[in-house]
Amino acid sequence: MTWQRKDLLGLQELTQEEIGFILETANSLKEISLRPIKKVPTLRGKTVALLFFEPSTRTRTSFELAAKRLSSDTINISRDASSLDKGESILDTAKNIEAMKIDIAVVRHSCAGVPQVLARHLKAAVVNAGDGAHEHPTQGLLDLFTIKERKRKISGLKVSIIGDIAHSRVARSNIWGLTKLGARVLLCGPKTLMPPDVEKLPVEVTYDIKKALEDADVLNILRLQLERQKESLFPSIREYRQLFGINHERLRYAKADVLILHPGPVNRGIEISCDVADSQSSLILEQVTNGLAIRMAVLYLLSKEK
Amino acid sequence: MKLLIKDGHVINPESKLDGICDILIEKGKIVKIAKNLNVADANPVRSKAPGATAPPAAGTSNGAKIISAKGKLVLPGLIDIHTHLRVPGREDEETLLSGMQAAARGGFTTICCMPNTQPVIDHAQVVQAITKEAGLLGLINIIPIGAITKGQKGEELTELADLKEAGCRAVSDDGFPVVNAGLLRRAFEYASMLGLLVISHCEDLNLSRAGLMNEGLTSTILGLKGIPEIAETVIVSREIELARYLNIPVHLAHISSSRSIELIKQAKEQGIKITAETCPHYFSLTQDLLMSFDTNLKVNPPLRRKEDVEKIKLALKEGIIDCIATDHAPHSDNEKELEFDLAASGTIGLETALAVSITELINKDILSWQGLVRLMSLNPARILGLDKGSLREGKEADLIVLDPNEEWVVKKEDFLSRSRNCAFLGMKLKGVVEYTICNGKIVYKR
Repeated sequence: MTWQRKDLLGLQELTQEEIGFILETANSLKEISLRPIKKVPTLRGKTVALLFFEPSTRTRTSFELAAKRLSSDTINISRDASSLDKGESILDTAKNIEAMKIDIAVVRHSCAGVPQVLARHLKAAVVNAGDGAHEHPTQGLLDLFTIKERKRKISGLKVSIIGDIAHSRVARSNIWGLTKLGARVLLCGPKTLMPPDVEKLPVEVTYDIKKALEDADVLNILRLQLERQKESLFPSIREYRQLFGINHERLRYAKADVLILHPGPVNRGIEISCDVADSQSSLILEQVTNGLAIRMAVLYLLSKEK
Repeated sequence: MKLLIKDGHVINPESKLDGICDILIEKGKIVKIAKNLNVADANPVRSKAPGATAPPAAGTSNGAKIISAKGKLVLPGLIDIHTHLRVPGREDEETLLSGMQAAARGGFTTICCMPNTQPVIDHAQVVQAITKEAGLLGLINIIPIGAITKGQKGEELTELADLKEAGCRAVSDDGFPVVNAGLLRRAFEYASMLGLLVISHCEDLNLSRAGLMNEGLTSTILGLKGIPEIAETVIVSREIELARYLNIPVHLAHISSSRSIELIKQAKEQGIKITAETCPHYFSLTQDLLMSFDTNLKVNPPLRRKEDVEKIKLALKEGIIDCIATDHAPHSDNEKELEFDLAASGTIGLETALAVSITELINKDILSWQGLVRLMSLNPARILGLDKGSLREGKEADLIVLDPNEEWVVKKEDFLSRSRNCAFLGMKLKGVVEYTICNGKIVYKR
């Protein structure tokens, strides 16, 4: 197939074929980072703008490195450097970006929908690098990539996503990507952190961690935002750990070859114990490596003339 | 100046009039409603033979202006019980003049402006300032709604008798609920002593906090924080209970949810003095449209599910909801062209309410013309205790001439309102107001 889309805004709108195509492309680009000279000229003369209106180190670094490995120029606009706080609307910001003749805008924002709105107003390609609790498509893709690399397939696997589903864009992108590729998705977390009507999506919901672990092929453990406790979304960190924390003992309920994913950064000893985070089953660092390949693939596909 | 409206199909629910009739207006009042009137009927001496050929459209003859309404509808002027003008304080978004012009274009001859202005309409002086300026502009009738509590802070009652004296017919803290039920009880009691209607904004702020759209599958998919239906219904229930216990009339603003309809229906069956309004966007638009993250569709209460929209239509048909209000809420582009989380809530509605109602209710066989005029003119007048909303001889001539069949597309550049934040942009609607006549004067001509 050939890539047709101008933007990558979410996994909800992608077809199974499109997702597969990005994963294949990433697979062929992954090797570049293993070379002594980690650079190819593919995006030479292109400009990628990294617009991060929400603090982020990992995702921004990953995109920046991906762009540079493809020889693109990059510019960074972080929230402080932007004019969003100076009474300028998001549309003004978009028009200013457009005026700089950039090719790709990578957008991270704490409010859902910002990349979608920018994509409508910009000629440049827009990559959603995480918008509020809506989507984080490259994270979803790198999770799929990591699972597929290890398990050789996605279809038929039982994948449990555990934690604060309500506020998680990672969970949403995972739900779309995994279900499109035929995985069985189970969501587990406190009822107060489960988004309303989520069971109407093709997922199963449980509040019993044992059920989430039973026969699971993959656990995707979400980061718990500790400040949620202040909003009375759960009574205490201690109780959260007791009910939903993944430790070595609990892991016995899962399959012996279970894979552990976590989008990072990890709250060690809360949603995941240290021994599990550092165990053989944990793919947390591989996710970071694969994230680079996925982002290279996305930038490459979006930069091609259509 | 005399005005004769010829050959229009007149619809007047109060007198059950529904047929071709002429209306003669003189000195601001309706002088006669009858078939085959001519200008001479206004004069003591009949100078023209009956059965003369039809006069030209909007011609002048014998000192009278004649409007041919052949093939058109003639309705009592519409009454909006719920408008936000931004005066005083945010004249960049709407002025009295632009608000009145927009209202006149939409077929409204009386609008009630809500008190969430800067400063709040919580003193007689603010009411007087608005009515005085409105009177000088002299387009349509403006009746300010006073605040229930000082500064709409929910702490102390305003001087309600003073507000009544200055011209308010109703009070409301619209934009906010009165959180303290004990204080609200006192407001209900005191206002009822004065014959002032209390209009309640039904929203439990603890349940709706930080919410951006209706809570459910769509909000889950979009990752936008939901406003649950119970944020509305919990307060609807509370107001119904207060109205029952105190035996006092209460009006519920902008009802949006199907469960609220059930509660209101039940209350009415028990004889509780509840009246309720809904807005065009609640019987025409659903939450699914928010997939576009279009901030013009961000309203409070939020757009709900298809089931709610259907139930609201049914409630309008069955009389469970008493009137259609616009909740016209002008916002400048710089309050709307923002992240969905940060954008202001509200849509303008004065210029689209009638056409949306025609398109969604008349043309889909939910309501008759009699029914629609009742909901947009007669009932709001009755709720407010106004002697309006009907075409009667001897009464102020507030009426409109309407082409019910003409199609038009809602365009950003066409509004008379100063603001452009319209939830109906791009929609094809039916029904165009040709003339709006208020107090016998043509205040809008297409």
